[in-house]
Amino acid sequence: MSMSMRKKRAIGGLVTYLMVIAAYLVCQYLLATGGMTRSLRGQLVPICVWVVMAVSLNLVVGVSGELSLGHAGFMSVGAFSGIVASGWMLGAFQLENEVVRLLLSMIVGGVFAGIAGVLIGIPVLRLRGDYLAIVTLAFGEIIRNVINCLYISIDQGRLHFAFNDSNIPGELLVSGPKGGVGIDTIATFGMGFTLILFTLFVVQNLVNSRSGRAIMATRDSRIAAESVGINITKYKMMAFVTSAVLAGMAGALYGLNFSTVAASKFKFDTSILVLVFVVLGGIGSIRGSIIAATLLTILPEVLRAFSDYRMLVYAVVLIVVMLATNSPFLSVRLQRVKALLRRRNTNPGKEGEAA
Amino acid sequence: MTQQHKRQSDTKMVPVPSHSIVPERDVDKRPVLETRHLGVEFGGLKAVEDFNLTIGQTEIAGLIGPNGAGKTTVFNLLTKVYQPTTGVVILDGKDTAGMNAVQANKLGIARTFQNIRLFGNMTVEENVRIGLHNQVKYGMFSGIFRLPAYWKQEKKQHEKALELLSIFDMQGMAQYRAGSLPYGAQRRLEIVRALATHPKLLLLDEPAAGMNPHETEELMENIIKIRDRFQIAVMLIEHDMNLVMGICEGICVLNYGRIIAKGTASEIQQNPTVIEAYLGKRKEGRA
Repeated sequence: MSMSMRKKRAIGGLVTYLMVIAAYLVCQYLLATGGMTRSLRGQLVPICVWVVMAVSLNLVVGVSGELSLGHAGFMSVGAFSGIVASGWMLGAFQLENEVVRLLLSMIVGGVFAGIAGVLIGIPVLRLRGDYLAIVTLAFGEIIRNVINCLYISIDQGRLHFAFNDSNIPGELLVSGPKGGVGIDTIATFGMGFTLILFTLFVVQNLVNSRSGRAIMATRDSRIAAESVGINITKYKMMAFVTSAVLAGMAGALYGLNFSTVAASKFKFDTSILVLVFVVLGGIGSIRGSIIAATLLTILPEVLRAFSDYRMLVYAVVLIVVMLATNSPFLSVRLQRVKALLRRRNTNPGKEGEAA
Repeated sequence: MTQQHKRQSDTKMVPVPSHSIVPERDVDKRPVLETRHLGVEFGGLKAVEDFNLTIGQTEIAGLIGPNGAGKTTVFNLLTKVYQPTTGVVILDGKDTAGMNAVQANKLGIARTFQNIRLFGNMTVEENVRIGLHNQVKYGMFSGIFRLPAYWKQEKKQHEKALELLSIFDMQGMAQYRAGSLPYGAQRRLEIVRALATHPKLLLLDEPAAGMNPHETEELMENIIKIRDRFQIAVMLIEHDMNLVMGICEGICVLNYGRIIAKGTASEIQQNPTVIEAYLGKRKEGRA
């Protein structure tokens, strides 16, 4: 009795939603009963942000098959445009409703990151493989350096922009290397959870549609996809920009979660961090990305004493994973373990006996 | 319509101005493909040179030649995977100069590959659906937000995909992983995927490779069935001489990138140049 792949995939998507909802409910329960430490409570919004970042990067790396190393750049565009949008809405329109302001700021963050995605995508998606990775890396750094010099202030409801010059009238919203300052921290765990659901909805529905199949076709065989009339650049662009929009929304949520956010938060390390989530969770596996992002965000908090070595551990883990997946010695053993597990799974009777 | 091609095609072939022959039934219609002095060079090496060919609207044409003669290169030129260095490719009356592979496909040329290029991790049906990409459309937003267009067109894609799969009696395999199919079925699926793009000219690169004689026999009947049903032209590269001589109406022989002979099956079999270059130095040229 083999289930059709289509059905299996639909159930898989549903399981992912349920997993996220269950995790949210558990967190809410712990929050209500006071079973959550202060430091962990502070990590709730960041966890949501990293989950969205990982799932959105998976759309580029896993689904469209291009290695992008500049994902933090889109996050930073989203973060700072979100911070400015929130400050502007408060200053110019006295929009006090935090939920509406947060939602609109996230949309603004997504739109700006999407525009950045289009502008970067046009030159970058002409390249393939390693070259694409290198250029996205460079663009991520360029975005960070541009924001590092950017000053934005609000004076009587009007925004002022300056480059490398802090002498602008009014109250600073973005202050060059210091980044966003005096931010009204309106991000909430509930909105983070909603954003995860929205991201899952967008990515899973996209993958299971005509456009998603075209994106995967360009990944699996460029020549075959072209031979059936699929415009490669268009669909690579679609994945890239959708991913940038989601990263921008996550960035806005992240920016509005802290009272100050510097542009240096979104450097190359951050792009690699998100890539690590994707690689460890399994390239192309959305559920894997969610789990990896959650665990790897919580772990450093739990093991605070070792957090200095975090990047070291990441490097080691990445190298080990690469070796393990490429080594014939290990892959043979891994397959044997997998086969063993599968046999056990299909034989519930035996398992019962063992128990 | 020609019905029986059991052993050898009996279509009457007539000459056309471009030093080619097309089936008599197609002579008044615009040829589906015309190439003039087509050639491509790779760093000074002339892989294909002075390739002139006309294919009638419902012709089944064969392209044969020894290994390395440039047959697949011709396919790559026709489908615009390579840009020709000389000459023109006219597809259904339109010059394809400057077009890319996607535009050529939209103009009505579809192909299969010598080394199968299916989307192995997707299902059989999804492979056909990808072929239907430009036939049954809806936008990205309809897909993400599951608007009515999504449901309507997905249903249409599903029905069309199954209908196309039924040509080869493959509806039952629709939900299998394409990469898990046996070799022959993968070749057939590639043909279905190419057909899904609604071509006017179908290029088959060694469709019978790896098939047993029984499967090959079935494939021959199916190629004729496809031609009759969709009223399209088929051009195939094949080393199986039973298949080529059995169903191809016009045959073109390539050696060292040049056409050395054009004609019907019986003409080719008796052509001394072909016998020497392709079938070896023998008195009787039946392979």
